[in-house]
Amino acid sequence: MFKFIIRRIIQTIPVLIGVSILVFSMMHLVPGDPAQIMAGESAPKEQVENIRERLGLNEPLPVQYFSYIGDAIQGDLGNSMRSGREVTEEIGTRFWVTVELALYSTIVAVFIGLIAGVISATRKYSFADTSLMLIALFGLSMPNFWLGLMLIQWFAIGIDLPSWVPFISDTSWFKPSGWGSFQQVVLPVITLGTGSAAIIARMTRSSMLDVIGQDYIRTARAKGVKERIVIYRHALKNALIPVVTVVGLQFGGLLGGAVLTETVFAVNGMGKLIIDSIMARDFPVVQGTILVVALLFVFVNLLVDIAYRFLNKRIDLD
Amino acid sequence: MSHSTEHIDNTRTVEPSNPNPNSNPRFKNWKIVFRKLKKNKSAMIGGFFILFFIIVAIIGPFLTTYAPDTQNLVNKLQTPSGEHWFGTDNFGRDIFSRIIHGTGLTLLVGFFSVLLGATIGILLGIIGGYYGGRTDSIIMRFMDILLAFPGILLALAIVTVLGGSLVNVIIAVAISSIPVFARIVRGSTLSVKKLEYIDAMKALGASDTRIIFKHIFPNITSPIIVQATLNIATAILSASGLSFLGLGAQPPTPEWGAMLSDGRNFLYNAPHVALFPGLAIVAVVLAFNMLGDGLRDAFDPKTKE
Amino acid sequence: MTSTPKHYENILEIKELQTSFFTKELEVKAVDGVSFTIPKGKILGVVGESGSGKSITALSVLRLIEEPGKIVGGEIRFKGENLLNKSESEMRSIRGNEISMIFQEPMTSLNPTFTVGQQIGEAYKIHQGLNKKQATEKSIEMLKLVGIPSPEKRVHQYPHELSGGMRQRVMIAMALACDPELLIADEPTTALDVTIQAQILDLMKDLQERLGMGILLITHDLGVVAETCDYVAVMYCGKVVEFTDTKTLFKAPKHPYTVGLMKSIPPHDHDIEGDLSVIQGSVPSPAEMPKGCRFAPRCPFATDMCRENLPDLMTDENGNQIRCWIYSDEWDGDPEVNVHAETERTS
Repeated sequence: MFKFIIRRIIQTIPVLIGVSILVFSMMHLVPGDPAQIMAGESAPKEQVENIRERLGLNEPLPVQYFSYIGDAIQGDLGNSMRSGREVTEEIGTRFWVTVELALYSTIVAVFIGLIAGVISATRKYSFADTSLMLIALFGLSMPNFWLGLMLIQWFAIGIDLPSWVPFISDTSWFKPSGWGSFQQVVLPVITLGTGSAAIIARMTRSSMLDVIGQDYIRTARAKGVKERIVIYRHALKNALIPVVTVVGLQFGGLLGGAVLTETVFAVNGMGKLIIDSIMARDFPVVQGTILVVALLFVFVNLLVDIAYRFLNKRIDLD
Repeated sequence: MSHSTEHIDNTRTVEPSNPNPNSNPRFKNWKIVFRKLKKNKSAMIGGFFILFFIIVAIIGPFLTTYAPDTQNLVNKLQTPSGEHWFGTDNFGRDIFSRIIHGTGLTLLVGFFSVLLGATIGILLGIIGGYYGGRTDSIIMRFMDILLAFPGILLALAIVTVLGGSLVNVIIAVAISSIPVFARIVRGSTLSVKKLEYIDAMKALGASDTRIIFKHIFPNITSPIIVQATLNIATAILSASGLSFLGLGAQPPTPEWGAMLSDGRNFLYNAPHVALFPGLAIVAVVLAFNMLGDGLRDAFDPKTKE
Repeated sequence: MTSTPKHYENILEIKELQTSFFTKELEVKAVDGVSFTIPKGKILGVVGESGSGKSITALSVLRLIEEPGKIVGGEIRFKGENLLNKSESEMRSIRGNEISMIFQEPMTSLNPTFTVGQQIGEAYKIHQGLNKKQATEKSIEMLKLVGIPSPEKRVHQYPHELSGGMRQRVMIAMALACDPELLIADEPTTALDVTIQAQILDLMKDLQERLGMGILLITHDLGVVAETCDYVAVMYCGKVVEFTDTKTLFKAPKHPYTVGLMKSIPPHDHDIEGDLSVIQGSVPSPAEMPKGCRFAPRCPFATDMCRENLPDLMTDENGNQIRCWIYSDEWDGDPEVNVHAETERTS
């Protein structure tokens, strides 16, 4: 196990190097002169030269790369063109906002996805199964930015209910923007988590169906085990193994999806930072933030692989 | 041609499981798949809707009453009516007409980005799987690097570099779908490569290209078809997402994601501006997902007819 | 041991059991009117090719038939009481307690995510209300009983850490944990190496003698039957075609199918499933079940009568049963027919 973890960590090194090269090259792959683009088309010549000098764009590419990486390892991702502040400082608290958003969404998605998947699998082809899988299919097919807009309209702006509905007159319970309070968190989390919940539900269903057909489930029944325990103890424990991988991948995917969700809900996280910086041609911030998100994703995948191996070692070692 | 018939005869001798030399097992499989597909409700509904959207994309633009970019500021932000089925946007443009005109764009973006991404991915996957060794590990490491950018982020980065336009969105989405195809194709190639007759072909001196295209590729088409169908759905979602962010189609293009982005600002007084383009995206993506699910079931030898 | 002792001679009596599988178009009668009895403390072997319905019969006894299968008729009397009238919770208290079962595949019949001890112990927890510690102690005793070395260590291991033979011993330990009166063993040795097969059979026989339970042994291997069983039921296409004591069966098999099976016993412990080259043809598919005797299309002695009419199961003066027109008064073929004669092979 220990050897596996070490080997897996070593395997991520080339990926990290590749990611850093790609992120670094972003600025240089842009057609035209990066310094000019960042300064703006009408900027005076000396200002462009100034930027070129400050970013070290006159050095040969490998030198630039190594100095970028050298600085990055020490926690220096350069400075924002817009604010002049350090990129790491710009990311700062936004990092945790995005992680929180992705984490809450994952938790909600896992919770809903697992329950829906188990219900579906244990009542195969029933009305409940069919409707749950239909909902999941919709969840999978919905652009999350659109879902976000609809949620804002229904539950933040609110819809006026007809007078015969008791107790509530309108539905403007939640806040359409920002991050922090419960009223602000609910809608973005639903927006971001829906797709994942759908994927996890479908995955859990097929994994459960697979396990329920296994011989050892029949053994448990032949032993006189109650059906509920057969499902939740004997079957689910095995069915969860492949689901774990999906959950890990989902968490990573949600880091990417956060770009759209944060834009829709004006959540001040890394996703919105990327978009705002792209619009402002603030390349150091774009690069730095994308690098951080990618590193976070690689790290999560590493953890998931190890967790999977840990759960699955009994089968694997055969 | 005598050369090729000789090969075919030789394959037959190493495939003792084929009792009737006249029945092509591959052809028979397709027939089974097609029969299963016809019985699959989800696939049929999905396929029907895709066909419907294609027809709408082709002839729809000739039938709409309003041009997609005719502005009429007097009539702006009107709610749906007999005049304007889906209402009008902030420039008084007819939303229904814009959606009809955007259908083709959406389908083309989905189709071409998958075509491009799949072609490159398949090539890389087959090369990696077939040759193995160093080539394989370099290709797969590179795929790992691409996969390290979660979700839409890779496409976002590429569009940032290339600049926002619909063509660049296609390229960006295509590149980000390469790894999925490369991985699937590599896996299938590895399992087909293990089959005895591939060794036999090699022993007979068939060239690598011939083995790859004549013998390996036809055997791995089913996972590719399934993945491609499902990927069109994802590609449409990503592309519209990029346009929504303002990094794809530029105004006044009637692209659905961009239309949604316009609608954002009018959620308070004209929510229909955001509603309809979103529904359109859901409908198309749903159709491809349903067809993809159905195809997967149909190709799965475990599911019964 | 929970129910009040009643007077019964047979631990299990199956009468006209019918279990079918339903598809949209048709009903497949997997078990079609099967009857047999197992006297207390005896071993009954049920023999047949795959598809003969023997495993479905076994699962029917425990009422473990799953959708789209269903028991549609007959009686299953265990200690005189019809199991088909029991509620699901009554059945659960019988399963693993009074009747338990061992399956064919030891590699897949144990849950990979639980330790051996957890899996054996579960039976004690359910049926005897033991706590975790007591259950583990009992599990260790059972592992000792089935001959697993260093059981204190094995009890905490996972199935993948054990060999196939070991796993089947664990299955036996689990089945025998609550001292059942009837053990159903569905091809318990088929998936094992030849040497291990003999060990497992010896173990089962030994434990049966010590614990005095009845065994329903499902197998396709007549060699196993000869070594272990007191009685034999030969099944073909969901029906019992011959039921007799083992000695009689091997001395004078009556049904042409039984005769064919005997002739196809390979010289040494080979797997014969699906390879009964001596009997021509193959088991008919459920959709094309012959109208008359199920075996008629493959039977070298079949007449028009056989092809048209299904024979009844007839009982002779010694209680042996046979389902074949040859032994009826109405037989219209050669009256001097000898089922043991070498039949010509057309293959």
